[in-house]
Amino acid sequence: MKKLILFVLVCLSAFPVFAKTEEIVLDNGMKIIVREDHRAPVVVSQVWYRIGSTYEHDGISGLSHALEHMMFKGTQTLKPGEFSEIIAANGGRENAFTSRDYTAYFQRISNDRLELCLKLEADRMRNVIFLPEEFDKEIAVVQEERRWRVDNKPKSKLLEQFYATAFLTSPVRIPTIGWMQDLKDMKMEDAAAWYKQWYAPNNATLVVVGDVKAADVFSLARKYFSGIERSVIEPPKPRPEIEQNGERRISLYGNTASPYLLMGYKAPVLLDEGADQKEIYALDVLSGILDGGQSARISKNMLRGDEIAVEAGTSYDPFDRLTGLFMFAAVPNKDVKPEQLEQAFKKEINELQQNLVTAEELERVKAQVIAGKVYGRDSMFNLGMQIGMLDSVGLDWRLLDAYVDEIRSITAEDVRRVAKKYFDQSQLTVATLWPEKEQQKEAENKGEAQ
Amino acid sequence: MRTSAIRLIWAAGFFSLLVNSAYALDIESWKTKNGVKVLFVESHDLPIVDVRLAFKAGSSRDGGQFGVSRLVNALLVEGTGDLSAIDVAQKFESTGAELGHSSLRDMAWVSLRSLSDQKLWEQSIDLFARVAALPSFPQDAIDRDRQSMLISLASREKEIGSVAEDAFFKELYPGHVYAIGQEGTVEGLKSITRKNLVDFHAQYYVAENATLAIVGDLTLDQAKKYATQLTQYLSEGEEAKPIEAAKMPGKGKVVTIPFKTSQTHIQMGLPLMSRKDPDYFALYVGNHILGGSGFSSRLMQEIRENRGLSYSVYSYFIPMEKSGPFQMGLQTKNHQAEEAGQLLQSMLEDFIANGATAEELEHAQKNITGGFPLKLDSNKKIVEYLSLIGFYHLPMDYLDRFNERIMEVTLDDIQDAFARRVHADKIIRVVVGEPS
Repeated sequence: MKKLILFVLVCLSAFPVFAKTEEIVLDNGMKIIVREDHRAPVVVSQVWYRIGSTYEHDGISGLSHALEHMMFKGTQTLKPGEFSEIIAANGGRENAFTSRDYTAYFQRISNDRLELCLKLEADRMRNVIFLPEEFDKEIAVVQEERRWRVDNKPKSKLLEQFYATAFLTSPVRIPTIGWMQDLKDMKMEDAAAWYKQWYAPNNATLVVVGDVKAADVFSLARKYFSGIERSVIEPPKPRPEIEQNGERRISLYGNTASPYLLMGYKAPVLLDEGADQKEIYALDVLSGILDGGQSARISKNMLRGDEIAVEAGTSYDPFDRLTGLFMFAAVPNKDVKPEQLEQAFKKEINELQQNLVTAEELERVKAQVIAGKVYGRDSMFNLGMQIGMLDSVGLDWRLLDAYVDEIRSITAEDVRRVAKKYFDQSQLTVATLWPEKEQQKEAENKGEAQ
Repeated sequence: MRTSAIRLIWAAGFFSLLVNSAYALDIESWKTKNGVKVLFVESHDLPIVDVRLAFKAGSSRDGGQFGVSRLVNALLVEGTGDLSAIDVAQKFESTGAELGHSSLRDMAWVSLRSLSDQKLWEQSIDLFARVAALPSFPQDAIDRDRQSMLISLASREKEIGSVAEDAFFKELYPGHVYAIGQEGTVEGLKSITRKNLVDFHAQYYVAENATLAIVGDLTLDQAKKYATQLTQYLSEGEEAKPIEAAKMPGKGKVVTIPFKTSQTHIQMGLPLMSRKDPDYFALYVGNHILGGSGFSSRLMQEIRENRGLSYSVYSYFIPMEKSGPFQMGLQTKNHQAEEAGQLLQSMLEDFIANGATAEELEHAQKNITGGFPLKLDSNKKIVEYLSLIGFYHLPMDYLDRFNERIMEVTLDDIQDAFARRVHADKIIRVVVGEPS
């Protein structure tokens, strides 16, 4: 689907060895990263801009994403939609996506067409034109996208409100697609100004993976991008999250058959000031202990075992730009209350705080990480994603070389320590989705009481 | 200045496309002694092996007991012999191997991805063979998986996209095995006994009804040895009987399903395409132009780009064993639903009446043939293609000849195929929402 939004990027995925990855930085500050992969005569080209919804503020939510849509609507020399036509006529597939911390544009195409992609991307880094009739139509499309993605999906709606509850001052609370009213109030000039402010070579990275020679890519990149002048990029104000001193709870009633529970504890990311890397990797391993497959604890105890959930899992992303959450999510089995799911998750947490995980469990998680790293190399697109995501938040992609070793070094003690430190009731946010009929029942009960 | 040369480049650049698209696969194929068809591609670039064992055991074989095929498939991983589900999962996961399984209307499969390191890979082989052929169907797992399917059915009734999809198939395939999907029905699921599951498995999870696709870091000799081991517990059995073609609807209709929402979903189409359809390539290329190629398609241009009516709009043929659907769809604000639905219909009618332009055909052929290597740029994609080729009895040179067949399609072929096969006056339109 064109122009998807990545709401949550889950970690513990595969990380490749970056042995053959090369990087240069152009004089204008643009970074070029190339990973050679000669298995098929194709190439993936991705231009990453360090701009996303965590750069936005109240009233302009969704602006980065709406701008992404406008990037297909013409430049000084291309008609609206012509970019896509050219790529299609050359056998390419293209798309773009916006997340909290980045916006990326990509093409997958025959390896002899890379030059075309770079030329087109260089063009739209600076020469996009904003036409009122195009903006009006496109902002309507974005509103349809929001209706489809969020408003018609109660779980997505819950997730959106969950983040806005867990985070009060940090821009992590802003939904990437944007609140509907902000989309309705958005003006073409807002998008044009946002483009001018953030789209510059010194705020971008080109990632190329495929059947190409790094040296050739570097010279093509120089040819098309080095003539673009750098901008002054003012980083956004930090707006750190205020300290949380007690749990928070919300409910949402929606058109759903089953309730749905989300729980999240504030958890560090690698980029946090003074972050203890070991703790972060230990949290990552902990996530694997709970949810790394069908033999992991959640499957064993909650899906099977007590049979209280029909879906359950955890997620934690240590590679975000800003402090995030260690999350638990579950759909209850029939006649099971969301409170019971919360208790079950807390029982798992308590177990991790009290007792050491077994050697067998640790070995399993490590084996999965090692294998996952190799599997990840099967997809050129994934390889590019991993490099681009890290680079975009300001982490060094070489850090991934060390990922497996870091995970390997984690001990059962480490896991217990982080379970004690981070799964603290005062850091918890809980959100529950209820079927609308529960709300009616509640109202009826109240009526009877009166 | 910089950008003025761009058009020259792409205008000049078309002609070498076919060089790259000659990129082809060397497929080895044979049958095991018990009758499993095997397709293998050797690839040593990554230390990985991918395996996909497919059976004609999708929901089209439910035999009125809707849901039995999916329940059998789900239960494959719930234990074999003395091993519990957790034991099985632990054995695979301790080596980093990934076991997968799922089912659709035609196909049910179980898959494995492992590192090719001999010690790790060999730990998974015998267990994989047992999972596919010797599931133990423990009663507690049957009840649990059934319950979980019932809950997911209830959820589908609340999800507008699923409501539209389910209604679309029901309306398109009255009395046909494709009417109900792999999710089954409440009555069907509740009626299933352990014996039903055992019988279904015994009939369909058999060698003559199986296709095994293997891709990865093995030699041909190794692949032959392992193919036999991976399927050694399957009994010979018989291939499932062919599916009957679905009836074309007598005349078109609009079915409206009220649903509380701000955005209406529309799906429309006809039952008509099989995997080995003689019109496959003409319809495929034609549809690419109509609504199958994302942003360059007519539907996307008119409905999203020119009118801003929908975020997603598409048309495609789903080739199935018989009479797979031609399907068009979009989602739009309630009060625009009538306009958007009419537009889909009239754009289809226009395409049938007037066909495509020479320029559109040329662009479509360039896009499809130029993009061909992208279909095969990972082991995962290759193993899925092998599985399809074996499962639907496509010719072994299907991929080798793919681009050639695309290039052979003419404007007349497209118009002729659409006129003969896509009857606009018979189109079924399903509308879910609050259209005004």
